Amino acid sequence: MSNTSNYFELFELNPAFNIDVATLETNFRKIQSESHPDRFVTATSTEKLQSMQLATLANEAYQTLKQPANRAKYLLEQHGITAIADTNTAMPADFLMQQMEWREAMEDAVSEKDIAVLEKLLLEMRTEAKRLSIELSHLIDEQHDYAAATASTRKLIFIDKVCADILKAIEKLED
Amino acid sequence: MAYSDKVLDHYENPRNVGSLDKNDPNVGTGMVGAPACGDVMKLMIKVNDSGIIEDAKFKTYGCGSAIASSSLVTEWLKGKTIDEAYAIKNSAIAEELALPPVKIHCSVLAEDAIKAAVADIKAKQLAKETV
Repeated sequence: MSNTSNYFELFELNPAFNIDVATLETNFRKIQSESHPDRFVTATSTEKLQSMQLATLANEAYQTLKQPANRAKYLLEQHGITAIADTNTAMPADFLMQQMEWREAMEDAVSEKDIAVLEKLLLEMRTEAKRLSIELSHLIDEQHDYAAATASTRKLIFIDKVCADILKAIEKLED
Repeated sequence: MAYSDKVLDHYENPRNVGSLDKNDPNVGTGMVGAPACGDVMKLMIKVNDSGIIEDAKFKTYGCGSAIASSSLVTEWLKGKTIDEAYAIKNSAIAEELALPPVKIHCSVLAEDAIKAAVADIKAKQLAKETV
């Protein structure tokens, strides 16, 4: 059983933005099954507690590494950078302008119950998220430019939020 | 999480939602965003020749506390000088709306939006003087 609290080490992954998703999935499942309560029915209370803590840690680690924005945030934290400090609200003006435009387009589509437009917007958001992910793998893994990576991570968090809100709006309209 | 009555009131009946003419030399625009939650806020103020804020409008995409914070500040801004506006602290907003600690960043967002709008109008005034 692993003793580490480092999410990458836990799943035997290199600490990088570009990870092997298949390894992540396989090693997560492995830890899940190894730490399953059914295996510890007759174990000592210390062993039960340890397996439960490992299962919790693995869950948290998996959720963090699976999602690109969370993975970037975690990597930056390991370099001592808090990407989403509450007190830092300054974002590039053109980016915020674009956010407003997307939000307004979404609002219009929702009021016109136009699912096709929402789906088009969603696609646009996902393309942008993908672009930012590629950018992040260059910035973090190759250039080690953590300041620029922080800016891109912050953008990705906004994009993810718009995606989630569009999905919610589509589901609501489809109901 | 339970919202305070004041937050709910602003959330359900937001004051001064909308936009002003951003090309108007007397209108300042402040745009800010909180990556912690993906909220975006746009605040616009119209300032008369004596430096008094005559009108304020906002558009916020975010949680109830972010909407309430921006709605509240548009009410506070009207009739204030831009220097008085600049002095508004997030703690006053948080206190008025009884925001819980996890929502304090919404009031920070509103304070920063005011500061950005004031900076914008000052830059416009400066540009006018130098013409």
